[in-house]
Amino acid sequence: MMGKRLWSWLAVVLGGIYFLLPLVGMFDFSLRMQRGGYSFEAYRIVLADTQFQQTFGYSVMLALLTIVLGILIVVPTAYFVRLRFPGLRPIVEFITLLPLVIPPIVIVFGYIRIYNTSSILPLTGSWWGTNILLVFGYATLSLPYMYRSVDTGLRTIDIASLTEAAQSLGSGWARILAVVILPNVFVSVLSGAFLTFAIVIGEYVFAALLNVNSFGPYMVWMGGNRAYEPSALAVVAFAITWVCMGLIQLFTRFSKFSTVRR
Amino acid sequence: MAFLDIHHLEKSFGAQRVVKDFNLGIEKGEFVSFLGPSGCGKTTVLRMVAGFEMPTSGAIRIDGRDVTGQPANRRKIGMVFQAYALFPNLTVEQNIGFGLRVAGEGKAETRVRVAEMLELIGLPQLGNRYPFQLSGGQQQRVALARALAVRPQVLLLDEPLSALDAKIRVSLREEIRRIQRELGITTIFVTHDQEEALSMSDRVVVMHQGVADQVGTPFEIYNRPATRFVAQFVGTLNLLDANLLDAAAGRIGLGDVPVALNRTLPGRTGDRVSLALRPETVALGRKEERNVVLSGHIAEVHFLGSVIRIRVAVAGQLVSLDTFNQPDRPPPSVGTPVEVSVSDRDLLVLAA
Ligand SMILES: Nc1ncnc2c1ncn2[C@@H]1O[C@H](COP(=O)(O)OP(=O)(O)O)[C@@H](O)[C@H]1O
Ligand SMILES: [Mg+2]
Repeated sequence: MMGKRLWSWLAVVLGGIYFLLPLVGMFDFSLRMQRGGYSFEAYRIVLADTQFQQTFGYSVMLALLTIVLGILIVVPTAYFVRLRFPGLRPIVEFITLLPLVIPPIVIVFGYIRIYNTSSILPLTGSWWGTNILLVFGYATLSLPYMYRSVDTGLRTIDIASLTEAAQSLGSGWARILAVVILPNVFVSVLSGAFLTFAIVIGEYVFAALLNVNSFGPYMVWMGGNRAYEPSALAVVAFAITWVCMGLIQLFTRFSKFSTVRR
Repeated sequence: MAFLDIHHLEKSFGAQRVVKDFNLGIEKGEFVSFLGPSGCGKTTVLRMVAGFEMPTSGAIRIDGRDVTGQPANRRKIGMVFQAYALFPNLTVEQNIGFGLRVAGEGKAETRVRVAEMLELIGLPQLGNRYPFQLSGGQQQRVALARALAVRPQVLLLDEPLSALDAKIRVSLREEIRRIQRELGITTIFVTHDQEEALSMSDRVVVMHQGVADQVGTPFEIYNRPATRFVAQFVGTLNLLDANLLDAAAGRIGLGDVPVALNRTLPGRTGDRVSLALRPETVALGRKEERNVVLSGHIAEVHFLGSVIRIRVAVAGQLVSLDTFNQPDRPPPSVGTPVEVSVSDRDLLVLAA
C-alpha cells in the first residue's frame, strides 16, 4: 500500500520536473540580465519595446477576429449537424480534425498557390486580403478545439426540445441560435475561444510565410538577435497561455445557471 | 367547421405508416385528450399540428385557415413538453416573457403579462429563479405559463405530467384543467394514462396503431367502447370467449351456457365473438333489473380496502366483479357456489 503510493508520487514528481525544469531554467535566465543579481530588466526592455506592443496588439486583434469567425462557423454547424443531420457527425468531426493531421506549412502553401497575385482571387496581393486569409487560416487551425468543445457543450442540453419550444414561441433560426443555443453553450465556446487565443498568439508558420508582423515572427526574430529578452518573452507568452487556461476553469466554475457542471 | 380541423391526416416515416387517415374536429375552448399506448402516433399527430413535422398528406386548419404548410414559428401554438424544455439560461420571468419579446411587445406590457401569468400558475415569488432552482412540478407550471403568455390559438401538451411523481401529477392535472377553463383555450392533451384522459377531458380520442379508434366523451368511451382495443385499453374489463348462436334474436353461447341479449347483433350465426363487461356492472346474487343470471363458484377474492374484487368461474372462464366493503358482511370464501347477475345492456359484443 505504502509502496504503491510512493511510486505514484515519484511518477508525478518526475513528470513535474520534466515539465517544469526547463521553465524554471528559462525564468532564472531571464532574470539575470544585469550582472550581480536578479532583476526584471529583460522584461522591462521587452515590454517597453514598441515592436513588442505593435506585434502583440496585432496578434490579439487577429485572435479576437479568429474567435468571432470560429464561433460564427462552428456553433451553427455543430448545432444543425446535431439537430438535423446526426448521421453526418462522424464526417464533420473528421473534417474538423484534419488541421491536426495536415501541417500548417502545407495549408499555407496551398493558400499561397491558390490566392497568389496571379490567381483569380489575389488575396495575398493586398493588406486586407492577407489579413482575411490569415484569419480564415487561423479559424481552420482552431477548428479541432472549437468544434469539439462546442459539440460537447451541445450534448449537455436538449437542443431538440429547446429549439421546438423557441419555435412554438415564434422564434426564427437566428434568434434561436443567438438567444437560446449560444448562451447555453457559452462556457464551451469560451474554452474553445481561449485555446484559439493561445494558438493564434504564438503562431509562426502562417505569419512568416504570409509575411506579416505578428507576435510569432517577432518572438523568433528576438530569439535570433538577443540573449536575455527572448527568455523573458517566452515566459510572458507562457503566462498568457496559462492565464487563458485559468480563465477557462474560472468561467466553467462560476457560470450562473449551469446545472450540469456544478 | 370546427375551430381546429384535422382532415385525412397521414404520416409515414419511410415505409412505416405512423398515422393513418386521422380526422378530428375540435371546437373552440374544448379540451381533447389523445389516449393510447406508447408508439401509437399521438406525439406525431401533435407535432404535425404544431408544425414540427410535415404531414405526408391531409390538411390541418385552425380557425378556417389552412396551416398545413406553415412553419411552426408562425402558427401561434403553445406547446408544453414532457421534459419541460425551459431555457436554462433564462430566469422564470424571462422564460415566460420569451414569446412576448419575440413578438416585439413593449417592456411594460411584457412585465404586466408575465406577472399575470405567474399569478395564474401560483408562483408569484419565483420570477427571479433559474429553472434548475425549481422542482419538476414548478418547472412544468412555468412551461405552461410560457406557452400561454403569448395567447396562442391552440395549446398542445405532450405527456406533460409523465415526468412527475404521482401526487403532483394529480394536483397539476387539476390545475391545468382549471387554467384551461379560465382562459377558454382550445387544448390537445396527449397521454398514455387513461385516468388522466378520462378525468380531464371534454372528449377523448383513443388511438391505436396510428388510427383514431374512437372519439367521444369520457363517459361514452368508458361505457360504450367502439372497438375491442378501446374496451381493453380503457378501464378494466372482463373479456369472455363466446359464439353467436342466433344473431337476429340476439342469443350467444358462453361455453354451453346460452345468454339472451334481446337485441339484434352484428355478425353471422356461428361467429366467434368476445363478450365484454365491466367489473362494476356485475353483481353477486340475483338483482332486479339485471336480467342475465349466470351460475358458477368463487375462484379468487382480492381485498383492496373499500372495494373487494371477486373472480367467479363461469362456464370455465373467470368473471371479475367489484363489491363494496361492508364491515358487517365478510366476503364469501373461495369455492362457494354463487350466482352473478348483469343487465343485458351492459354486455357488449365485440368481434373476437
Ligand atoms: N422522426 C421519426 N422517424 C422515424 N420514426 C418515427 C419518428 N418519430 C416517430 N416515429 C415512429 O412513429 C411511431 C409513433 O411515434 P409517436 O408518435 O412518438 O408515438 P407516441 O407519442 O404515441 O408514443 C413510433 O413507432 C415511432 O418509432
Ligand atoms: Mg409520445
